[in-house]
Amino acid sequence: MTRVHDMGGRFGDGPVQPEAEDAPVFAEDWHARALAVTLACGALGQWNIDTSRHAREKLSPKDYTRFSYYEKWIAALADLLVEKGVLTREDLAGKGAAGLHALAERALKAENVAAALAKGGPADREGGPAPRFSPGQAVRTRIPADNALADGGHTRLPAYAAGAHGYILRLHGTHVFPDSSAHGLGEAPEPLYAVRFFARELWAHPEHPDDEVVLDLWQSYLEPL
Amino acid sequence: MIVCIIKHDWTGPPAAAQHGIMPHDHHDHPHALLPPDPALRVKALETILTEKGLIDPAALDEIIDTYQNRIGPQNGARVVARAWSDPDFKAALLADADPVLAELGYYGRQGEHMVVVENTGLQHNMVVCTLCSCYPWPLLGIPPGWYKSDAYRARAVREPRKVLAEFGVTLPEETAVRVWDSTAEVRYLVLPMRPEGAEGLSEEDLAALVTRDSMIGTGLAKAPGEAPS
Repeated sequence: MTRVHDMGGRFGDGPVQPEAEDAPVFAEDWHARALAVTLACGALGQWNIDTSRHAREKLSPKDYTRFSYYEKWIAALADLLVEKGVLTREDLAGKGAAGLHALAERALKAENVAAALAKGGPADREGGPAPRFSPGQAVRTRIPADNALADGGHTRLPAYAAGAHGYILRLHGTHVFPDSSAHGLGEAPEPLYAVRFFARELWAHPEHPDDEVVLDLWQSYLEPL
Repeated sequence: MIVCIIKHDWTGPPAAAQHGIMPHDHHDHPHALLPPDPALRVKALETILTEKGLIDPAALDEIIDTYQNRIGPQNGARVVARAWSDPDFKAALLADADPVLAELGYYGRQGEHMVVVENTGLQHNMVVCTLCSCYPWPLLGIPPGWYKSDAYRARAVREPRKVLAEFGVTLPEETAVRVWDSTAEVRYLVLPMRPEGAEGLSEEDLAALVTRDSMIGTGLAKAPGEAPS
């Protein structure tokens, strides 16, 4: 079954509210702090990007819906810090032990920020299974769109594209497999493809017969058609 | 400025937490132990982490300054303007963007694997992340609020033309829409069509016509002389 974050195609959200091009990058000061605290904690090296995405997704549907964007970030970060044993519940409640943490030496310093952001975290890897599909080939996505390794786990196959017929557009290379990586099961890299789907394959009432949606999908999400 | 939220018992833990239950998927998540007000919650967590030496407030300032003042859509606009001016650059960018962008210094977090997609009269590209908020940070900075909104995430894949209309964009019938849902670590930048009447402009003047939204695909580049949006 899906989680609340998997909202592509959902009805009922109302109009998009565009913002001016020159609107502030951070509408509130605490938005900026939430982003920075999250990035700085990531630098402690206790989880990867897939784990942190999963932490946001597994907020309860009620919290996910009522929280604003950066509220989700900070709630998920607090949860992750406890889940990974970096902080205790007592710490969060303001009753934790005083003094420096064992991981303090890994804390991101101001002088290392530029290098850390510039370095990024590439997801492509050597090895892994050989590509099974080539551009132009017809494929069908897995259904249901669930994580096959962990029940209720992280996956990047949106429900709206489950069981859909599409065409390989390009091979991106071999990338870390989030369904595994998010759960401490290893990077398990797989070939990653851009796959195009006609909108009419995904929606009962497409806007235009030629419109398409392209998704980046890992090899194990796909079967030959 | 909120100061001194230290060692305060800011909230009682919820009942389930008091019983020591810590399921991975229920509503008694640890975050509920922090103050509910978002600004206070962030401040409290920052304070706890700083006291333990896990984060350095000066590093936070540096991160914020980077994305508030240094990395933003002006980077992407320079790339687009160059592509409009230099056919060889454009061909290289569309064929394999990563080495081209790396040479310009536009590599980094959330832009490790870039693909540039070109708008034409027959195909309009538009980028979304339905599952979260994936966005090419080194080229466009931090995404605007609407990009991260439920409405955009939910609707861009199903009714892109209605969404475009909300941005004031109407496409001709012969133009197909291709929506890119950023489901992996590949990040997409739209190369908008060069506006009419832009021939002979310098790269700097061209870059001024390139809006952030035109590089996401929810807008078009401005025409020369058009008032800034």
